[in-house]
Amino acid sequence: MDWEALLLSMKLSSVTVLILIPFAIIVSRFLAYRQFRGKSWVEALIMVPLVLPPTVIGYYLLVGLGSQSWLGQLLEGILGHQLVFNFSGLVVASIVVNIPFAIQPIQRAFEAVPEDVRDAAACCGMSRMKVLFKIELPMVWPGVLTALVLCFSHVLGEFGVVLMMGGNIAGETKTIAISIYDSVQAFDFASAGQMSLVLLVFAVTVLAFTTSLSRRMGAAHVSRRR
Amino acid sequence: MPEIVGDLYCRIKQDKHIKLDAEFVCKAGEVLAVVGPSGGGKSTLLRMIAGLSHPESGVIRYGERDWFNDSSKVHLSPQQRHLGYVPQHFGLFPNLTALGNVVAALDHIPKAERVPRAKEWLERVNLHGLPDRLPANLSGGQRQRVALARALAREPSVLLLDEPFSAVDRETRERLYLELARLKLQLSIPVIMVTHDLNEALLLADNMILISQGKMLQQGVPQEVLTRPRTEAVAKQMGLRNIFDAHVIAQEEERKITWLKFGEHHIASTYFESLEVGAKVRWVIPNQGIRFNSIKQGRLCRSFNKLEITIDSMLTMGETVRLIASVKGVKHQIHAEVSLHYANKIALAVGVVTEVALKSELIHILES
Repeated sequence: MDWEALLLSMKLSSVTVLILIPFAIIVSRFLAYRQFRGKSWVEALIMVPLVLPPTVIGYYLLVGLGSQSWLGQLLEGILGHQLVFNFSGLVVASIVVNIPFAIQPIQRAFEAVPEDVRDAAACCGMSRMKVLFKIELPMVWPGVLTALVLCFSHVLGEFGVVLMMGGNIAGETKTIAISIYDSVQAFDFASAGQMSLVLLVFAVTVLAFTTSLSRRMGAAHVSRRR
Repeated sequence: MPEIVGDLYCRIKQDKHIKLDAEFVCKAGEVLAVVGPSGGGKSTLLRMIAGLSHPESGVIRYGERDWFNDSSKVHLSPQQRHLGYVPQHFGLFPNLTALGNVVAALDHIPKAERVPRAKEWLERVNLHGLPDRLPANLSGGQRQRVALARALAREPSVLLLDEPFSAVDRETRERLYLELARLKLQLSIPVIMVTHDLNEALLLADNMILISQGKMLQQGVPQEVLTRPRTEAVAKQMGLRNIFDAHVIAQEEERKITWLKFGEHHIASTYFESLEVGAKVRWVIPNQGIRFNSIKQGRLCRSFNKLEITIDSMLTMGETVRLIASVKGVKHQIHAEVSLHYANKIALAVGVVTEVALKSELIHILES
């Protein structure tokens, strides 16, 4: 069991959701409530990581953020280090790959907030921030929690994009999924089995949890409609 | 233009998206009903007054203060308008208790005063003992009253009610009518109530505007709009079915009678000064203007405007009977509604030939 890789994966998952979820709340709310020209294109763009192979995303990130690109050079100048083959690069890659997993459930939850409630909140004199924190977030929390759990578990098991963007540097970019791959390559099936079991148990628990939350959200939505 | 502070003046014109063209004043202390069929633009109008959407052009003014003015680019947010709004499905915050819902609307007063004021308003709308319940655990009528308490506790400048009785059962609705009628006496702010139910306007409103397909058809006292519709479109919207053609045959200025020729009948109506003899007109009579003669008791109507009719069909609906009858000498049919008790008493039945008298004061000539 590669504890260092497991801890690194946990750290990567935590940092990713900490950055991604607040961003997803803002974007999801905007997409749920606003109608604008090109909205379908924006939504399609957000969904791209769902259908694109992670290695392809990893390749573009590697090329786009590598030291050969102007963006990579600019970021290196600001950060003092390269994004590729670095933990911060993994965070960027994880955020990009998980955008649809974060935005989808939160957007659906915001869409379920009745317009009547939002109108009433505005007419009650509540500021936008107060409406968000006092009325909307308590109503959309199952969606936020689903997004959080999905992203966390998805990052935990991410392989292709992590390998492309981060390589395999122990303690820096070697996550548990890469460690499993390494173990299999080294015929250490016992270690690979242990780590795979950890991920399997985690994945099943997470799926059961999110399914139950979705059901709960659906029931709440129906009762609000009544 | 309103002169007294506290009146609400609206002039809204919009051609794109949802068409809307309306101009009206709702005075302080007055209940104005916005009546019309579904999809006619009533709720859009209310949302514009609330500041929840922008009209393309126009003015919305409360007292001397512009809430919206396209020419001076003024557009106050709902928060700045300080109004009370009760949406169609009440818009209660599901995560807050009844008390929490009312308190949430009281940010503008000191914190210590919020709970006492919220409790006071919940009691004023007869919601004793329910402040800790979540909306999901309240009945439709109770939810409606929480929404009303929440809107009124703000001491709003204007109260906006969007189909306030459409989501509650009949019994609750009757009780809420009484409560709103009682509240009306205590309020001194403009109250605008959107409804598609004409009876609600007749029961509760001091004034009404009729909106159809985004166009304001008529404004006035509800009873007057019902009995004196300006145009045929208004008459139809008000549910009046007895609309007929006639010719003006005489004008009796002294007796204040305008004589109409309706088929082979001469009909006396209230005097319409502007009409010329020979003019072709459309006229309407509401149900209360049609009186049946009692055949059994042999009573004869002494008024003018007696028409011989043959009853073609009768449909009993609860305690009332709707009937359609052919008028002798005219190709038109007349529609009437009488109580079941009265229909039995005077032995109305399909095929019966009888007489009706039309009350001349309720005959109204429509604008062409």
